[in-house]
Amino acid sequence: MMKKVLSLLTILMLLLTVHAATADDSNSLKDDGFSTSYSYIFDYWGDVQMCPDPYRVLTVVDSSTIGLENLDNLRISNPEGLFARNHDIYVADTGNNRILQLKLEGDKVTLKRIITEISGAEPATLKGPTDLFVDEKDNIYIADYNNHRVLMADKDLNKLKEFTKPDDSTFNQGSDFLPSKITVDVAGRLYVLAKNVNKGFMKYESDTSFTGYIGANAVKVNMADYIWKRYFMSKEQRAASESFVPTEYENLYIDEKGFIYATNTVFSEWELKSDAAKPIRRLNGIGNDILIKNDRYPPIGDLYWKSESIQYGPSKLTDITALDNELYVAVDKIRGRLFGYDSQGVMLWAFGTKGNADGAFNRPTALDHIGYDLLVLDGLKNSVTIFTPTEYGQMIYDATDTYLTGDYDRSAELWEDVMKLNANYPLAFRGIGRSMFRQEKYREAMDYFERAHDREDYGRAFKQYRKIWIEKYLLWIILILAAVLIIPLVIGRVKRMKWEVIIHEHSKIRK
Amino acid sequence: MSTARFANEPAAAMPERDTWLSRYGQSLRFALHVITHPFDGFWDLIHEKRGTMAAAHTFLFLFLLTRVLKLICTNFQFISAPIQHINLFEEAASLLLPFLVLCVANWAMTTLFEGKGRFRDIYMAMCYALVPYSLIQLPMILVSNGLTYEEGSIYTVMLSLSVIWCMFLVFVGLMEIHDYGPGKTFIFIIVTIVGACVILFLMLVFFSLLSDAVAFFVSFYREIVFRLN
Repeated sequence: MMKKVLSLLTILMLLLTVHAATADDSNSLKDDGFSTSYSYIFDYWGDVQMCPDPYRVLTVVDSSTIGLENLDNLRISNPEGLFARNHDIYVADTGNNRILQLKLEGDKVTLKRIITEISGAEPATLKGPTDLFVDEKDNIYIADYNNHRVLMADKDLNKLKEFTKPDDSTFNQGSDFLPSKITVDVAGRLYVLAKNVNKGFMKYESDTSFTGYIGANAVKVNMADYIWKRYFMSKEQRAASESFVPTEYENLYIDEKGFIYATNTVFSEWELKSDAAKPIRRLNGIGNDILIKNDRYPPIGDLYWKSESIQYGPSKLTDITALDNELYVAVDKIRGRLFGYDSQGVMLWAFGTKGNADGAFNRPTALDHIGYDLLVLDGLKNSVTIFTPTEYGQMIYDATDTYLTGDYDRSAELWEDVMKLNANYPLAFRGIGRSMFRQEKYREAMDYFERAHDREDYGRAFKQYRKIWIEKYLLWIILILAAVLIIPLVIGRVKRMKWEVIIHEHSKIRK
Repeated sequence: MSTARFANEPAAAMPERDTWLSRYGQSLRFALHVITHPFDGFWDLIHEKRGTMAAAHTFLFLFLLTRVLKLICTNFQFISAPIQHINLFEEAASLLLPFLVLCVANWAMTTLFEGKGRFRDIYMAMCYALVPYSLIQLPMILVSNGLTYEEGSIYTVMLSLSVIWCMFLVFVGLMEIHDYGPGKTFIFIIVTIVGACVILFLMLVFFSLLSDAVAFFVSFYREIVFRLN
């Protein structure tokens, strides 16, 4: 017995070793963590599925296409900030201490204005502007990084307001005020992401007074660390070791409803999939994260990465922009990819790569949108890439929009068109399934929901289907149940009678 | 009086045919007694020779089959098994291997500390202890296809019930076959797990050394062939 088991074990182990040696990596990422396709989505299992391109390059804007070389020979250098409003594109040309205002007409981009100074400010010139914001009245806010101030000017570049280092005990007075990213809400409140400030975003009222911080990253202390530091370290060691400090954000964007989308790139890799890292957040007025995550995977960019080097780590989402209808797009500076998510946190698509071709990036630094067109600023290529949706991409948007406005039938038609182009798209299956459900075609709805792996909706459709099925076959069900219950009873009774007869015979013989 | 006894136990009146098949059938049926009356059941299983190895193999096979069928046939609302990535033989082996290693480890440990059970006793008892798993989960595979997502709690409760039942049976089974008290059984379950880890570690070392050795001879052969040409 023992021998048999041991030999069985040996065979099993051998089989497993052989299997492990020949096992292949089933997701279609190359060894270096780069996807083999330009556009893709993740299916329910988290596997990469290629999909049609949702965006195509409309145009790439760089120093030569807008004629900067002929003007003053200053090519765009290290641009860090990008803003777009009403077909005007503003680029913070950080390396040249200026801001470029461009105009997009059709697929042509022309240089409209070069902003180098703000009259009335002291000093008037800009020094390393890193970001800017333009409000609805065309007032321009500039994060003047190396002058330690945020300037607000009217559209003729006359200074209106100046936001400077707060005279507040919560701000470390020993350090400079270094505004790197800014945004402004409808009431004229300014939100500043400042270097070396880890209490969240600095908030200024429209009268330039500083009123505190919002959205601080929660400080996480784990029990083991705490006990180790509290009981096993000397006072000197404790002072020398790093303290529990919350991390800084990477970027911010204010959406139409006044919520701040923020990205964060400082986290441990293992925190990502359990959604402890929260690289994308949507902050409400008191700084709580209210981002909706109804998909199987949280919105973290890529789901797979190689961890050997910095280049191949998890996605570092460096900027984010929110389109209409609460769709949002974030850009990964590690692999030059854009990730689109819908209002429920379901990934719409991912596309982009690293490289020098149009539609590839070297180091994306900022992202914005005009309508559904996406603008990506590349800090190494010194260019702005403008993407416009393809037919496929537009269909996804239209289907989402029509669903949100309540036009479910039109939405289902659009989703069917999407399905014709991409037969691997869970959102399309779910959209069609919902329409089938509304038309009371429960069997078909179940099929679509199963393909979309939408359990709740499948359950709902199945409940109706089951109800109808039971009503239809009620008679048969009762008959079969009766048969199952009665037949064994009858058999038992017959057997018992047989025995009684035999025993009766026996007793007669005994007598 | 005698009539009543006969009426209740018709089998007793029949002459017992002691063929292999009837013994097998009875030992299969005895599992129902074991899982409902574990204290008596496991004792009789081993000491009264009410169980057969054939039945034990059958239950182990059923256990593996349940596991595999569960992955394939359970409605997708209640299980997320990436069928396209699953190798069913590997799934079955990944249950069979720990089961056998644990049995070996338990035998190895208890045999040193006055455990009464022989290896075949341990194996048989453990196989019988797995019966509730198949008994509950096989029908639940069917039931899962008639439940909606909201009714999923029924499914989960039944599943956990089957696992808890199995664990209880394993505990009682070990207690009865080794003639241990509850405390000692508990300690030896932990010791068994540690022992199994040691066995797996040794196997790992053995097989990696073996593959290195094979690789050495392969490259040795290649070198010779290369030189001779």
